[in-house]
Amino acid sequence: MLIIPCPHCGPRPENEFRYSGEAHIARPADPEATSDAEWADFLYMRSNPKGRHAERWRHIHGCGRFFNCIRDTVSDRIERSYPAGTRP
Amino acid sequence: MSFRTPTGGRIDRNRVLNFTFDGRAYTGHHGDTLASALLAKGVHLMGRSFKYHRPRGVLAAGIEEPNALVHVDRGGGRDAPNLRATQVELYEGLVARSQNRSPSLAFDLGAVAGLLSRFLPAGFYYKTFMWPASFWKRLYEPAIRAAAGLGRAPTAADPDRYLHRYAHCDVLIVGAGPAGLTAARAAAATGQRVMICDEQPELGGSLRDEPGAVIGGRASAAWLAAATTDLASRGNVTVLTRATAFGWYPDNLIGIAERVTDHIAMPDPNLPRERLWQVRASEVIIATGAHERPLVFPDNDRPGIMLAGAARAFLHRHGVLPGRRAVVATACDSAYAAALDLHAAGVTIAAIADLRANPTGAAIEAARAAGIPVRTGCAITGSTGRLRVTGALLGSDWVACDTILMSAGWTPSLHLQSQSRGKLRFDAATASFLPMAQPGQRSVGACAGEFDLAAILGVPVSGAISPNGSHTGLVPGASAKRAFVDFQNDVTARDLALATQEGFRSIEHVKRYTTTGMATDQGKTSNINALAIVAGQLGNTIPEVGLTTFRPPYSPVTFGTIAGASRGDLFDPERRAPMHDWAAAHGAVFEDVGTWKRAWYFPRGRETMHDAVARECRAVRNAVGIFDASTLGKIEVVGPDAAEFLNRLYTNSWKKLGVGRCRYGLMLSEAGFVWDDGVVGRIAEDRFHVTTTTGGAARVLNHMEDYLQTEFPELLVWLTSTTEQWAVIAVQGPDARALIAPLVAGIDLSPEAFPHMSIREGTICGVPTRLFRVSFTGELGFEINVPAEYGPAVWEALMAQEAPTRSPTPYGTEAMHVLRAEKGFVIVGQETDGTVTPDDLGLSGMIARSKPDFVGKRSLRRPDMVVANRKQLVGLLTEKPDDLLEEGAQIVEDPRQPIPMRMIGHVTSSYPSATLGRSIAMALVEGGRARMGSTLYVPMPGQDITVRVVEPIFYDRTGARLDG
Repeated sequence: MLIIPCPHCGPRPENEFRYSGEAHIARPADPEATSDAEWADFLYMRSNPKGRHAERWRHIHGCGRFFNCIRDTVSDRIERSYPAGTRP
Repeated sequence: MSFRTPTGGRIDRNRVLNFTFDGRAYTGHHGDTLASALLAKGVHLMGRSFKYHRPRGVLAAGIEEPNALVHVDRGGGRDAPNLRATQVELYEGLVARSQNRSPSLAFDLGAVAGLLSRFLPAGFYYKTFMWPASFWKRLYEPAIRAAAGLGRAPTAADPDRYLHRYAHCDVLIVGAGPAGLTAARAAAATGQRVMICDEQPELGGSLRDEPGAVIGGRASAAWLAAATTDLASRGNVTVLTRATAFGWYPDNLIGIAERVTDHIAMPDPNLPRERLWQVRASEVIIATGAHERPLVFPDNDRPGIMLAGAARAFLHRHGVLPGRRAVVATACDSAYAAALDLHAAGVTIAAIADLRANPTGAAIEAARAAGIPVRTGCAITGSTGRLRVTGALLGSDWVACDTILMSAGWTPSLHLQSQSRGKLRFDAATASFLPMAQPGQRSVGACAGEFDLAAILGVPVSGAISPNGSHTGLVPGASAKRAFVDFQNDVTARDLALATQEGFRSIEHVKRYTTTGMATDQGKTSNINALAIVAGQLGNTIPEVGLTTFRPPYSPVTFGTIAGASRGDLFDPERRAPMHDWAAAHGAVFEDVGTWKRAWYFPRGRETMHDAVARECRAVRNAVGIFDASTLGKIEVVGPDAAEFLNRLYTNSWKKLGVGRCRYGLMLSEAGFVWDDGVVGRIAEDRFHVTTTTGGAARVLNHMEDYLQTEFPELLVWLTSTTEQWAVIAVQGPDARALIAPLVAGIDLSPEAFPHMSIREGTICGVPTRLFRVSFTGELGFEINVPAEYGPAVWEALMAQEAPTRSPTPYGTEAMHVLRAEKGFVIVGQETDGTVTPDDLGLSGMIARSKPDFVGKRSLRRPDMVVANRKQLVGLLTEKPDDLLEEGAQIVEDPRQPIPMRMIGHVTSSYPSATLGRSIAMALVEGGRARMGSTLYVPMPGQDITVRVVEPIFYDRTGARLDG
């Protein structure tokens, strides 16, 4: 069970959190202006890297906040976490 | 004949314990294991092997024992198979029996498999039993399962309790042998929080087998006693015995299984049988020691053949001799220590056969000085004897003996380190993989390749012998036939050679094909020998072949320990609505909806479910029914931007919804599919009472929070789950208003003042209420929200009303489903499956197209979302009114087409309708709305049901009944 550093509450065990997919996939400011391909890209295409992965977690059994973190998908080590809406 | 020494050992000779093995009565002493107590009576034969049913004795003295697996029966369903006799502590009245034999250990019919062994090579079940396929299920598998295998799983429910504990510490030391004790004392001295665990009943590990060692001028037993007392006296140290660290999990979470009562004859009923510790440690120090490696030679598995270190352990821990006349076959010095100790205890050492050409050192000299014949450069290449070994083949000499002690060296126990993906290096001198430290973890002592006691303890030591030597794989000059590598799985050197000849190259594949290192052994005794044989076959080195991956658990963990308290009622805790107890007291039958228990129907007298549901439906249509709707999800959406927020989350428009009005809201996923629905009431300009589906409450709140926090953080909105704060009583039917009117205060209930889809605040029975005028039945209806704890009182007050002529009829979820289906109201999750758009449901009118954006809007224009033949919601009426379609049944245009038929849709809801006197159904059908009036077919076993496509509304199409 991972220890996940919540940027608001500090390090907590994984079972307090809920995974929420890849980070930094911003919803287009004007969805109506996107092409079908661009919108499909936003909806479905994810990078699925081997290695460093920026991903979203929610501290659902804690502060309730969504945040981002960088996790290595090979070693499972979490490099750092940072609040939603910010960049690493 | 007793094989107990007159003195010595760590047993209590004053306490005699009675036990039975295979129905025969024996005695032993407190401090014995089942294995040591049987050995003390000269019993070596304790099991039959997995595949060939060969007679087997004890090989080892501890957790790595592969042969002596026994079933212990404590009575009352307390059954445990596959326990290692070397770990079962003796208690008064112990009842144990052997496994995998029929009818008895000494005469086992299954042993015929041994005669057929040339037909049962590696992977035999892949080869021999291939054809025909149906024989697998009916013949091969049952026969193999009956003949092979380990113990039998108990069938009765386990009456014991198991607990989970969480703990944190600065340093966790796994293993309390000399290295672990030294590390624990060093850590304890710094004031850190220290935990140390060991799978044995007492601390000390291998030190207990070194009574002759002198540590810093003290006898080893005295040193051990001092170390144990020192740790026990420190407030910052937790010591766990009988506690096996079986698994490493990320970020240094260690799973430890503690056996609390299995060694006690009459345990305190307040104690759990086992305890699962989940320990989070800043640093883990692994001190798990090493396992002795068997020598691989033909017939190396006869009862009476054991590891040299095991014989030493039985002698020093239990005062038990393995036999009278032993041959010691070795490739290292530590077996000399066993030979010398047994010699001193009166065992004749017929010979020491040392594989090494010219072994030198104190151990060899001591053996020669004691008059023990030492043969150097001598390989053991066979044994004889049936139920007990009677001779060893040394070169060309048969040497008579009743015991063979063997040692090919020691294999560091890397399991935990390897589970943590720690890096290993190969040490050619000792033919061992050795662990490398990583952040938060290091290995010490024998598991790190350090066998020298003085180096481990950091003080001068005399009188101890280090291994100094190693051999891997088949002994030179020996046949590979019946030369066992993995005793537990009956894998021989020949099987491994065969696997490589058949093309298996990866050690992981060889492992799976031959099953070497599987089951409880987990490679403890077999791993390195198997690697060496495969490497030799492939012309590679051991590090080139590599080590198989270790995975948890290190040794078997009971399901009870893993489950802990999570079983029975606590396995998946149920949620009960506020009026649950009333419903139960009034005969409700419950159904599971998510984790909720919901009243399904309320049978009266001898009513069937069908009768009860029909009566409940009629009551709602003709008088008034009362329904517990408390499980609906409820979210309070508050803030200056609340309306704007809902505008972006729902397809509907919310800005113009007046205070005191309600609207049916439809929520989409970003992909444009229906995600949830529910009635939303506006309590104030900045406050909405949102309801969700029963099952969707948590995910809808998460969905809302996600958008609020990450996409629309500029909106000033707060979301609060109020699902469990409100009890909700739905009152539905033409008499609904008359029923509630006498109890309501502060709200004008007249149709003009309180129209359909409104919400008012007032009191009912003096309790504050949010009263909704809504209907999920098509009848005049109210949903009374009161603080949850007042729910039962208000419910009972309503039941006590006789307005106008009789009390309301409680109805359950089944009647609710029927009533809404008659009206064609969809249920998200029943009519929808995550691929259904609003238009598919005929709900395009719910989409506020004028809004620039809402979650899911853009997706509704994607090409596949607008194709003409999407599945659309329709009603279905069977040609015969009494035919009831099955929910999930497939729909076709032509039932006479060849199989596989083209399926154009499926039934989503289907009920007998008492109101209509016939069955009704809803379905999703390709291009359904263009098929109105057409005939389709639902093929079922034995018949094709003919159905007519109709509008998905069956009752009161104009909605006239909403006003009562």
